[in-house]
Amino acid sequence: MNLLHFLSGRLVKGVLVLFAIAVLNFFLIRAAPGDPAQVLAGEAGAADAQLLEQLRQRFGLNEPITTQLWIYIKGYMTFDLGFSYRQQQSVLSLVLDRLPATLLLTGAAFALSLALGIVMGALAARRAGRWSDSLITTLSLVFYATPLFWIALMSQIVFSLKLGLVPNVGYETIGANYTGLARALDIGHHLILPALTLGLFFTALYARMMRASMLEVAGADFVKTARAKGLSPGIVSRRHVARNAILPVVTLAGLQAGQLVGGAVLTETVFAWPGIGRLMFDALVQRDYSVLLGVFFMSSAMVVGFNILTDLVYRLADPRIEAAS
Amino acid sequence: MASAQTPKKGGSIHVVVQPEPPMLMQGLNQNGPTNMVAGNIYESLLRYDEKLTPQPSLAKSWEISPDSKVYTFKLQDGVTWHDGKPFTADDVVFSLDKFLREVHPRWRPIANGQVEKIEKIDDLTVKITLKQPFGPLILSQEVGGAPMIPKHIYDGTDYRANPANNTPIGTGPFKFKEWKKGSYIHLVKNENYWQKGKPNLDEIYWQIIPDAAARAVAYETGKIDVLTGGSVDVYDVARLSKLPNSCVTTKGWEMFAPHAWLTPNIAKGGPLANKQFRQGMMFAIDREFGKDVVWGGLGKLPTGPISSKTKFYSADVPKYAYDVAKAKELIKASGYKGEPIKLLALPYGEVWSRWAEAIKQNLTDAGVNVSIETTDVPGWTQKASNGDFDMTFNYLYQLGDPATGVARNYISTNIVKGNPFGNQGAYVNAEVDKLFADAAIAPSDSARQELYTKVQKILADDVPVLWQLEMDFPTIYRCNIKNLVNSAVGVNDGFRDAWKE
Repeated sequence: MNLLHFLSGRLVKGVLVLFAIAVLNFFLIRAAPGDPAQVLAGEAGAADAQLLEQLRQRFGLNEPITTQLWIYIKGYMTFDLGFSYRQQQSVLSLVLDRLPATLLLTGAAFALSLALGIVMGALAARRAGRWSDSLITTLSLVFYATPLFWIALMSQIVFSLKLGLVPNVGYETIGANYTGLARALDIGHHLILPALTLGLFFTALYARMMRASMLEVAGADFVKTARAKGLSPGIVSRRHVARNAILPVVTLAGLQAGQLVGGAVLTETVFAWPGIGRLMFDALVQRDYSVLLGVFFMSSAMVVGFNILTDLVYRLADPRIEAAS
Repeated sequence: MASAQTPKKGGSIHVVVQPEPPMLMQGLNQNGPTNMVAGNIYESLLRYDEKLTPQPSLAKSWEISPDSKVYTFKLQDGVTWHDGKPFTADDVVFSLDKFLREVHPRWRPIANGQVEKIEKIDDLTVKITLKQPFGPLILSQEVGGAPMIPKHIYDGTDYRANPANNTPIGTGPFKFKEWKKGSYIHLVKNENYWQKGKPNLDEIYWQIIPDAAARAVAYETGKIDVLTGGSVDVYDVARLSKLPNSCVTTKGWEMFAPHAWLTPNIAKGGPLANKQFRQGMMFAIDREFGKDVVWGGLGKLPTGPISSKTKFYSADVPKYAYDVAKAKELIKASGYKGEPIKLLALPYGEVWSRWAEAIKQNLTDAGVNVSIETTDVPGWTQKASNGDFDMTFNYLYQLGDPATGVARNYISTNIVKGNPFGNQGAYVNAEVDKLFADAAIAPSDSARQELYTKVQKILADDVPVLWQLEMDFPTIYRCNIKNLVNSAVGVNDGFRDAWKE
């Protein structure tokens, strides 16, 4: 099967999936009680029927549900994600505004966790049963099992409050007006805690997966053959074991990559990181339908996209997969 | 005394605003966070001190005719909008008679129900003629209740769709500079502010930090100078206010005087419609415990519908001390047979959940079969708006005068669907309706006091809602910030007089 054929097939499927997701999202959100007009009126502490009527009209909620669905679908076909009346801005500009912060955070956490996880997992597998293995496995168990928000808060208390090493919240120093390199360094400084917090969780996941996978492959016949050929343990481990063991980790990484745009709601909230995750959460509690649908759609598109990409990476990592499909 | 010192000029101040406001155009939106930020940008005719006495703001003086029906406001000289255009009587008439009458849910009923006409006498004089005397009018001109809107920007446009809503233009001490959504709102000093020499500060940054614990750490590490009322968890207040260079005040909420209670759904019938049962529940709830343990000692126990912090309060009412034996007796006498009652908790954070649990325990001890029902904020708003509950928490601002902030919860004409802050329990009492109606338009304060004393007595006996707490929302700030809170709306009044040592 050639690559082009494979790709076009997956793309068509992807578009169909996205359409189904878009429609499903629309109805799922409407099924939750409350609407944006009621939320706005409730937050204001005073409302009358006229105000609610005016708000519903602005949000387009007085149209029949099928008309609302049609307007929504029609908009998406022309890449128009709608308008947030609550925030007086187009959804696309709201999303694009928050995207860099999210990509920076999730991207940094992704790279960190993938690199660190693979190395630590491989290391643990090579030293299986020894104290360094126990240390790595225990640490990854702890980081995997501890709730993210707790790690986030504890790290703020220890590293920001007690040690004063890094800022605890925000994207950059507000009011400092840094530019160029100074600004990049400032953002990097703010990035340390959230990226580490989010990254450690995934590091733990990758490390455990890599270790288990390595140990499994290490018992296979072709590895015995390689050893019998007289190859050094390092080469056996890198070329024969690790390369085969990495496939499940790629699967997992593909799943995580799909969530890069969805943001990390908890991490972004605790660290006041101005990303997509928070945009989505705020939109949810305010029933800001258009924003919520826009973010859902964007993240679904990413998941679909990364699934296709993961399949491609599979074919590169292990050419036998192409033959099998 | 801080106010006796000469204010220092300059400096910036970092304040937390929670949650992020939906917009800053105060005429169109009166959410708590909107009012907090926009009170620096917009101004109204009057301000109010901690005793709710009117003070000049955009109106330099005012006169009330002997029959209490004509209010004449003289405006300040030399006031300009942030875009340089002069502020005149035309703007006042436009704001009160057109803009706010169309969009403001609090001003609309006053404009439509009480006001005969609003007219310009000359460029600096405005006259409001009432249909009948209406005492609360003098308290209705707070900046969140009646902000002045620039006529030259809004007249003849679709107010809600006006692009200027994103770059608010007011007359206030600070100008809108930038809003990084999700991060901060930046306001800068209005160099041409009409009150010479003010404001003292150069800029204000309103930071948006969604997590309460992270806000507390941000304050401790010095990223934040002011934690506004309600922005930290109740159990953090004591710790944060004990830090060196940390000051705390509960002032600045006199106009709102938030009053918290449980609303029983009387319209549903059953035990909740029975007065004896409701009285029994009042005796069953250990309100002192709620205040001291759940709310960390903040606030005061209410005696009835009107907060002791506002005018026309009367303590001469039936009282309900915690008394389980008496509660059991009344509940038994009401004919209660263990019908299940669901308590819809208010989804405003941990404290409210703990409070619901404490009250559930109290009621269970008195033999009431209670369970707690939870939901998110929009879900609560919908259920509370539509009377879809047995019993729910609620808390409301008193807005300085019982006619505007109290009557709405007890009068039968305000049993409406769609608004969670009306008479949601559907309490009906013709005598109460009449007393509230008469009191609103009674010609003198003493006549009003007499009627309000009467109505408080009736309501405290009838228990249409179970009053729990006169809430306090402390503002925590660094002690080197002076003159921060100096009016009945506190931080919402803007940082006009504040300065940094």
